[in-house]
Amino acid sequence: MKTDIILAGVGGQGILTIAASIGYAALHDNLNLKQSEVHGMSQRGGAVQSHMRLSSNPIASDLIPLGSADVILSVEPMESLRYLPYLSKNGWIITNSLPFINIPNYPEYQKILDEINKIPNHVLIDADKIAEEAGSVKSSNIVMLGAASPYIEMSYESFIEGIKKLFGRKSEEMVNLNIKAFDLGRKISMEKKK
Amino acid sequence: MDKILLLADEAIAQAAIDAGLSGVYAYPGTPSTEITEYIQASEEGKSGKIRSQWAANEKTAYEAALGMSYAGKRALVCMKHVGLNVAADGFINSAITGTNGGLVIVVADDPSMHSSQNEQDSRFYGKFAMIPMFEPADQQEAYDIVYQAFDLSEYFKLPVMVRIVTRLAHSRAGIVRRAAKAQKNTQIPDDSKRFVLLPAIARQRYKSLLGQQKEMMEIAYNSPFNKFTNHSNKSIGIIACGITYNYLLENFPDGNIPYPVLKLSHYPISQQLISQVYDECETVLVLEDGYPFVEEQLRGIMGVGTRIHGRMNGILPRDGELTPDIVGAALGLKQNIKVTEIPEVVTNRPPSFCKGCAHIDIYTALNEALKDYTPGRVFADIGCYTLGALPPFNAINSCVDMGASITMAKGAYEAGLQPAVAVIGDSTFTHSGMTGLLDAVNDNVGITVIIADNATTGMTGGQKSSATGRIEQICEGLGVEKEHIVVFNPLKKNHEEAVALLKKELEYKGVSVIIGRRECIQTLSRKHRN
Ligand SMILES: Cc1ncc(C[n+]2csc(CCOP(=O)(O)OP(=O)(O)O)c2C)c(N)n1
Repeated sequence: MKTDIILAGVGGQGILTIAASIGYAALHDNLNLKQSEVHGMSQRGGAVQSHMRLSSNPIASDLIPLGSADVILSVEPMESLRYLPYLSKNGWIITNSLPFINIPNYPEYQKILDEINKIPNHVLIDADKIAEEAGSVKSSNIVMLGAASPYIEMSYESFIEGIKKLFGRKSEEMVNLNIKAFDLGRKISMEKKK
Repeated sequence: MDKILLLADEAIAQAAIDAGLSGVYAYPGTPSTEITEYIQASEEGKSGKIRSQWAANEKTAYEAALGMSYAGKRALVCMKHVGLNVAADGFINSAITGTNGGLVIVVADDPSMHSSQNEQDSRFYGKFAMIPMFEPADQQEAYDIVYQAFDLSEYFKLPVMVRIVTRLAHSRAGIVRRAAKAQKNTQIPDDSKRFVLLPAIARQRYKSLLGQQKEMMEIAYNSPFNKFTNHSNKSIGIIACGITYNYLLENFPDGNIPYPVLKLSHYPISQQLISQVYDECETVLVLEDGYPFVEEQLRGIMGVGTRIHGRMNGILPRDGELTPDIVGAALGLKQNIKVTEIPEVVTNRPPSFCKGCAHIDIYTALNEALKDYTPGRVFADIGCYTLGALPPFNAINSCVDMGASITMAKGAYEAGLQPAVAVIGDSTFTHSGMTGLLDAVNDNVGITVIIADNATTGMTGGQKSSATGRIEQICEGLGVEKEHIVVFNPLKKNHEEAVALLKKELEYKGVSVIIGRRECIQTLSRKHRN
């Protein structure tokens, strides 16, 4: 098994929560993992990315080579496009459709959608709306994780273990909320995969 | 033992704890901050068994660690690369005094300048100090190296340096720990005279340091962290330093590299090791993140090493971090892969002030107060407030090194740029601004110093700031007149008051300090969450 994932978003949007959750799931499955992330300067509302590599074999580089990511998982639509050079020929873009506008020259939304639609393998979902259905808009990043999960070679149970491990420290309620968010995201994405 | 998932920074911290650490000394700086934070959050840190509070700057941190080492205990010092410029005096001289309890200094370089002013390569400092130095390739090696570096330090009675880069510092992987050791007892060195660097003693000590070089190289030759793998294809020999070894491996997924490879992670450079590649191969490719440190030494000043390829002959870019793709291209692999381009519609998203940040109000007021003066007179410093350089503020004209705002404003004032303004954060002020303010007072220059006091070290994630609540007293103690130390609360509703106050102090012909004080919005919301 080998899955290379680029996680993308804007500083403060919580992509590291997604990363941590995948990390726990991978540990549960005894997989090798390398995950590089960006701290510091760009945290202040700048573009952030994390390279997440999972494999049953040893992993050499902390960075994913160009043209070889299996998944770009983005919590913001424009950010999903920023890392396209990393996407492999058959790779998938899984992105939240809700733009995060903190720059004066944010492009016209339709143009972003047009570019995403050019990539045959994509899943575009309104994660914030779905998260609200699940009970809290704060779990929109876990909705996104659910949506990406069918494209990451790990079992459903492992992802759930990851969520339990991550949110168990907070409360049972948080665990259930996030499992619900995960399930909703996963369901939509499975339907698209068919 | 089970694997635990750790950033290399955290692996380093855990290794130091397991090696019987008694104290960590550091000033925050990306990408080194998480080392100290991990120790602070550990049981040993929380209970005070390991001392771990932040220091005022890297120099005070380094010297305190040296003191702990003098008294027989194991100490760790951590900083970002530019921090070593600040700590350099103590660092270089501690190679002359030598150490007692194990002293390990971890320096985190930032090639590609993800969050830094330059991409200086700390390996030059390690060589300059003539001490043993390591450059781990991965997280487990970072753990293993630091775990045994304290022993090596105690063996040579010298500080040992560990150099990491951003990509390693901030990347996570599974780590296997080793058995935890007990802390050492307090014990002053039996030959404590060597810490008194009077010239007569220093001359002897320097000779002794020179005398240790040969053995350092022998140990590096036999080091488990340096690895030579031979191969029959001698058209290229590869020297891969630190993390670049992984980028090399990434290009050969089956693990078979058809060339001789020297993985280099332990310095000083052993000539014997290098010659295995240099003597036998037609060309030598040097892979290193940072400056061409090994490459330059191999080439020598006369450039006799014409067979050498690397950053200096354009095979690799001269600046910026390496990647698996750049290494692959240098080896002539992967030339024709087609990647999807970034669509034109994608716009840059640079970092920006947080919504509600007090720095915004400070700059809005300052810009208005300076409206009637010619531009180009605001010397700023390093921190979140450096973002005042970006539109729509365009409020500052410099950001060089910590503390330089006050001293540059002073020099510019003395050159006729009157008034001159300095903008400095509270943590930067206590790091390196206080001495400059003393100079300004002594010369009675007409500068206006704005201390943007958000009661934290914001840029690096909100660490405790050294003198929260005591800034006015410090300024007064340094000799700034009491009536020219003014505090205001940077809020929109106080805008007019702030502008008036600034205008008044700009006209004053002596040193004034204006403290814009409002807590960082990030630390504030974190408090509310908990
Ligand atoms: C010598 C040195 N050490 C550390 C750093 C990393 N660093 C950059 S800004 C900063 C702190 C800034 O804190 P403060 O002055 O309080 O400003 P704030 O970010 O809170 O606005 C640090 C630690 C550096 N650039 N140089």
